[in-house]
Amino acid sequence: MMPDINIRILVPEMFLFLWALFLFLFDLGTKRKNPKQIGYLAMIGVAATAVLLFFFHGGNSFGSMFRSDQLAVFFKVIFLGSAFMAIGSSFDIAKEKIKNHRGEFYGLILFSTVGMMFLSSADELISLYIGLELTTVPLFVLAAFYKDDKISLEAGLKYMIIGAFSSAILLYGISLMYGITGTTDLIEMKINLSLVFLSYGKIGAGFILAVVMIIAGIGFKLALVPFHMWAPDVYQGAPTPITAILSVGSKAAGIVAFLRIFVNGLIAFSDKVMAPLDWGITVAVLAAAAMIIGNVTALRQKNIKRMLAYSSIAQIGYVMVGMVAATKMGVAAVGYYMFLYLFANMGAFAVATIFNDKTGSDGISSYSGLAKSSPSVSAFMTVFMLSLAGIPPLGGFAAKYFVFAAGIQAGYLWLVILALLTAVISLYYYANVIKQMYFSRETSEVKIKPAVSANIVLIMGVAGIIIFGIYPEPILNFALEAARVFAF
Amino acid sequence: MNFPILSYLIFIPLVGFVAVMFLPREKHWLIRWVSTFFTFIPMVLSFWLTYDYYFNYSGSAAMAYTEGPLSWIAPINAFYFLGVDGISVPMLFLTGLLTFLSIIASFNIVNRVKEYFAFFLLLETGMIGVFCALDFFLFYVFWEVMLVPMYFLIGIWGGPRKEYAAIKFFLYTLFGSIFMLVAILILYFTSEPHTLNILELIQTAPSTVTHSMQMVCFIFFFVAFAIKVPVWPFHTWLPDAHVEAPTAVSVILAAVLLKMGTYGMLRVSWPMFPEMVRYFHIPIALLGLIAIIYGALVSMAQKDLKKLVAYSSVSHMGFCILALGAYTSVTAISGCLFQMFSHGLLTGALFLMVGVLYDRAHTREIAAFGGLGAKIPVYTGLMVLFAMGSLGLPGMSGFVSEFMVFVGSFASFNVITALAVLGVVLTAGYMLRMVQRIFLGEFNAEKWGGLTEMNTREILMVAPLAILTIVIGVYPAPLSNILRATLENLVNVLAR
Repeated sequence: MMPDINIRILVPEMFLFLWALFLFLFDLGTKRKNPKQIGYLAMIGVAATAVLLFFFHGGNSFGSMFRSDQLAVFFKVIFLGSAFMAIGSSFDIAKEKIKNHRGEFYGLILFSTVGMMFLSSADELISLYIGLELTTVPLFVLAAFYKDDKISLEAGLKYMIIGAFSSAILLYGISLMYGITGTTDLIEMKINLSLVFLSYGKIGAGFILAVVMIIAGIGFKLALVPFHMWAPDVYQGAPTPITAILSVGSKAAGIVAFLRIFVNGLIAFSDKVMAPLDWGITVAVLAAAAMIIGNVTALRQKNIKRMLAYSSIAQIGYVMVGMVAATKMGVAAVGYYMFLYLFANMGAFAVATIFNDKTGSDGISSYSGLAKSSPSVSAFMTVFMLSLAGIPPLGGFAAKYFVFAAGIQAGYLWLVILALLTAVISLYYYANVIKQMYFSRETSEVKIKPAVSANIVLIMGVAGIIIFGIYPEPILNFALEAARVFAF
Repeated sequence: MNFPILSYLIFIPLVGFVAVMFLPREKHWLIRWVSTFFTFIPMVLSFWLTYDYYFNYSGSAAMAYTEGPLSWIAPINAFYFLGVDGISVPMLFLTGLLTFLSIIASFNIVNRVKEYFAFFLLLETGMIGVFCALDFFLFYVFWEVMLVPMYFLIGIWGGPRKEYAAIKFFLYTLFGSIFMLVAILILYFTSEPHTLNILELIQTAPSTVTHSMQMVCFIFFFVAFAIKVPVWPFHTWLPDAHVEAPTAVSVILAAVLLKMGTYGMLRVSWPMFPEMVRYFHIPIALLGLIAIIYGALVSMAQKDLKKLVAYSSVSHMGFCILALGAYTSVTAISGCLFQMFSHGLLTGALFLMVGVLYDRAHTREIAAFGGLGAKIPVYTGLMVLFAMGSLGLPGMSGFVSEFMVFVGSFASFNVITALAVLGVVLTAGYMLRMVQRIFLGEFNAEKWGGLTEMNTREILMVAPLAILTIVIGVYPAPLSNILRATLENLVNVLAR
């Protein structure tokens, strides 16, 4: 039987894809002399996709290969947000550094976003894999976009090799899973696994291998410890807005893949009762390692992009606390966390981008005395840092609270206590940035006046953090709605 | 009661914070007076609240002026829920008064004036919020909100080691708070239906939470509050923060922030886990004793005047902890609150006085002075007054509170209390020695010949504290009437 094809719900993705092609042509048509217009066009395209998403969602297409459910919509908003904010902060880069390939730069960002959107809708392993590839392949190119910069090339190459490697591992895991269950559809897989388990009382070691490989494959994309080695180098070398996408958009894509496979497909195996077939404890240990290694290593970083790289490794550790809870509250907490992480992390990277445009430096110590010369940018950065550290009433606190509540509810008290202890450590390096900006007696010579588009990004980030920090209910309810997609 | 006075108390400083943020940064006088205005109103409100509570509500232990519970974050059952009783009203009075005085004392700040006053106003919101919140989520938010402005106030306007002191304070307190957060989450998930309402949890926690979980929660809360008090051995942030902070911030730290620790114990730990209080009351009293003696001995060794006052705080807060151990006695617990109040007045005043001297002499080293008594008599008189109050001279608030603590605690622990009385002797030792070395003896006319007397602004900012100290010392009945009903109820809960 031919599965039903529902073109209607594909409209946002198709629109964004065509818009990316249009950007290529526009760049050529204006003889590549349009630093501003093309950037605004890219932002408009992303915003328009969000509007289209509001009107065209709900339902399936191609069987379960494309499911436009609440979960997918929730994460698509995050992807679009990350693309929007990355583009908004990259105007100066487009003007100064990438003179001849602006169309490609913005177009590839949009391509990658389309890939993420497909990924978040995939309820089936093949389309999930394709979505993941669509996401990462444009990012390989983007990471190496400063063609004359060795560090950027290194970043691109490293990311490509690691990306290809991890995709192969993931694919191998998927094929093993297919061998055990005879299907790539996650819901059927869920049923078949229980049937196999009920009829034989056990599932072979191949299952463990498959689970480990899938965790590793997605773990590479998420930069989950111990698959995180590539992240700091790539984050440092890639153009800063691309680093921001890597740390927010592409991570959110990995998170949604993880949610679909583990918290939905393999939900029966989340608990310790199923040992040794369970995945909960494995992920909990990885989360613990991510929080410890990420936070402790971030303490020693002198480059803000590397510091944010390690901090985002640690942040994924916190998200995983909600993941191992594998409850409705856990999934909602993960969603809320990613949503607020979007504002804080994209904002922090936007400041780093603007600062680098002005000074050419990424050193944390060069932020010294910035509060006197550029008070508003410093105040924004302070809000981002404090939100990442989880200080109330900012959004990062509510996010951590929900995740940890879910963790304690699911009985992971040790993990939550560990997470909180590492959160105290994290305050040190986040506060270090604030210290540099505010506590110095000298006034910095750098005076930053962000462009209009960058101001939009910064204000969006700060407003999101403060409003949804004090009043988290709308986002939390949205996330709970998304969590309802899984049958808990 | 339609006028939501507690919300006004909390949010007027916040409005002030926003207002100051929008003022032009060069207009120092405007920023100062706007901030004064936005702390004056909460002060008047807190006075009115105390007055009204005394006459209309002090007869019962029930929460007065309650607002809410209004739904805030429905999925996690967080509510906006405020209320005050005999424990929080004196603290609100203290907060309102001392924030206003600190703002007056900050008029000599010239560096980054706008940010300074903005942070101060934000700090007041957090402090008042902690004393009013009756929902754990709200309580925790206010508890943490204070840290950020405090971090900036120490870190930007502090002394030579300000960066170190600021981050140490921030990390230390956050470290304590996370234990509180875990305990809150445990309580939330063990209550049925899940609730964060402090009053409900006080009713249900003793019966629904298992013995071992009660112990875990009690210890976690205790660590969080003990760091704030600070109880030995969690006190090491205090000397750094107090010494490096600018005068007005030291005042707030000593007078209000330290009280939050003991306030948290009285509001949360003690009524919620009476069984654990009974179980741990001897170790608690011992911690109090150690703080009293240790703090006094360390004060004795200090060469820096501000450090001396800082360590004397450790010693004085030890009396509160000792009294909290004597949970069966209303007198002891009242003594604890009296001590909190009196320490707020006296140590606040002492820090202000140290600041006055430092502004003129640019040193705080005790040995550098001598014979100032004849040169600046008004200053000397006031300083001696506060020092006497601090060492517990009869007729001043320090005597009343310490006497109550000793009388109340003696029935429970006679040996520990007897040893704690030694602390008073030691306090007298270092306070008198300080007075002697600074104000008596030979005057170095060459060095201090240009020292000027306190000006009117400075006298006005310590005068209310001096008056209150004496009033409470001579006639403590109004304060004890405010406390009585609430504390009797608390002791009943503890003895149950």
